[in-house]
Amino acid sequence: MIDAPVIQTRALTKSYGRVEAVRSLDLVVAPGCITGFLGRNGAGKSTTIKMLLGMIRPTSGDGAVLGRRITDPRENVELRRHVAYVSEDKRLYAYMTVEQMLRFTASFYPDWRHDIAENLLREYELPRERKVRALSKGMRTKLALLLAFARRPDLLILDEPGDGLDPFGIEQLLQSLVAICAEGTAVFFSSHQIAEVERISDRVAILERGRLILDLSLDDMRESYRQIDVVFPGLPAERDFQIAGIRRIRAAGHQWSVFASGNADAIVDRARDFHASSIQVTPVGLREIFLEMAREN
Amino acid sequence: MLFRLNPAAGQPLYLQLMDQIRHAAETGLLQDGDQLPGIRTLAEELVVSPNTVVKAYTELENQGLLELRQGSGAFLTLDRRARHRTDCVQHAHRRIRDVIGQLREDGLLDEEIRRAFEAELLYPAESLRKR
Repeated sequence: MIDAPVIQTRALTKSYGRVEAVRSLDLVVAPGCITGFLGRNGAGKSTTIKMLLGMIRPTSGDGAVLGRRITDPRENVELRRHVAYVSEDKRLYAYMTVEQMLRFTASFYPDWRHDIAENLLREYELPRERKVRALSKGMRTKLALLLAFARRPDLLILDEPGDGLDPFGIEQLLQSLVAICAEGTAVFFSSHQIAEVERISDRVAILERGRLILDLSLDDMRESYRQIDVVFPGLPAERDFQIAGIRRIRAAGHQWSVFASGNADAIVDRARDFHASSIQVTPVGLREIFLEMAREN
Repeated sequence: MLFRLNPAAGQPLYLQLMDQIRHAAETGLLQDGDQLPGIRTLAEELVVSPNTVVKAYTELENQGLLELRQGSGAFLTLDRRARHRTDCVQHAHRRIRDVIGQLREDGLLDEEIRRAFEAELLYPAESLRKR
């Protein structure tokens, strides 16, 4: 991608007292893509997102969203006009009906797409006359998504959008994200639901204890990451396996389990050189990578 | 046309989609001039990033198997070479079916036939040496 990134941070840091919630984060998010933002609870995902939107001030470092500096109050107002945000707590006015909430939100945005709003209202089966207060958690999530989608933002940021949705609702959510991306909106969404992220993301950024520990294209992951299980009748030394791509070797007796981010063919060749009696190569999914990276760090 | 992508397979999704479109063309399921779904439609149907579909379509266009027309979608284009290839693949399917039939008559189990095929495909040199 040669286009300017939609999100770019430099050494972005947030401390609460002596606790560093986000530590020197250098994050680049490409336009036109769906980017998954993964991390355990408390890894710093929400703090990062709130800094990107100017809702909390970084302790140090800076960043730009759609080319506008997040720490400059005036540019921040400007950037929020082009960014839609669906928060974890789905901030809505409890006393309004769905219909009122729609009209109220539409009044702020000249480019409001009534057709999209109407379509989603039907698809999500949201009752127009019901008060927000009386909506289920899943319905509230859908209403918040609808309000974000109908704005046709340049960038859509979502914090744990799947929370409170049943499997059918998750499917609708993922389809909506795919559709909005097809219309040119960049999507950046945090989640701890690895399976959701793995299905629709082009790239994944993984945060662990406030640090970015992995930034990876899922095409590359599927192409290169492998687990290689080998049985050696006579064990080789680990130094004979200093091959680029090997992230970790776990040995149990005569059995080795090699976790590699690439170069699987060369590793298999080396294992053959050491007379492996069995070699099994399996692709590695996002779940395994996530657990492996969390363990390493 | 039904495509099925497996996020857990060790192959990028766009390559899986390319293979399945190519396979559909080779087996005659898709014919010259057939229209494929639009990018957004297919992405929503498969619930994958639209970029996956864009990448697959673009690569197939580079290989001459698809023609992308602005605003109206993607069309399968089988030139003479591709048609010849389709015939070859269909012929190969028939021959393989015959071979498997014979091997079964010889009393081989399907699992043994599968292993023999895999060994031959993966390590042709080694199985030659053994002979």
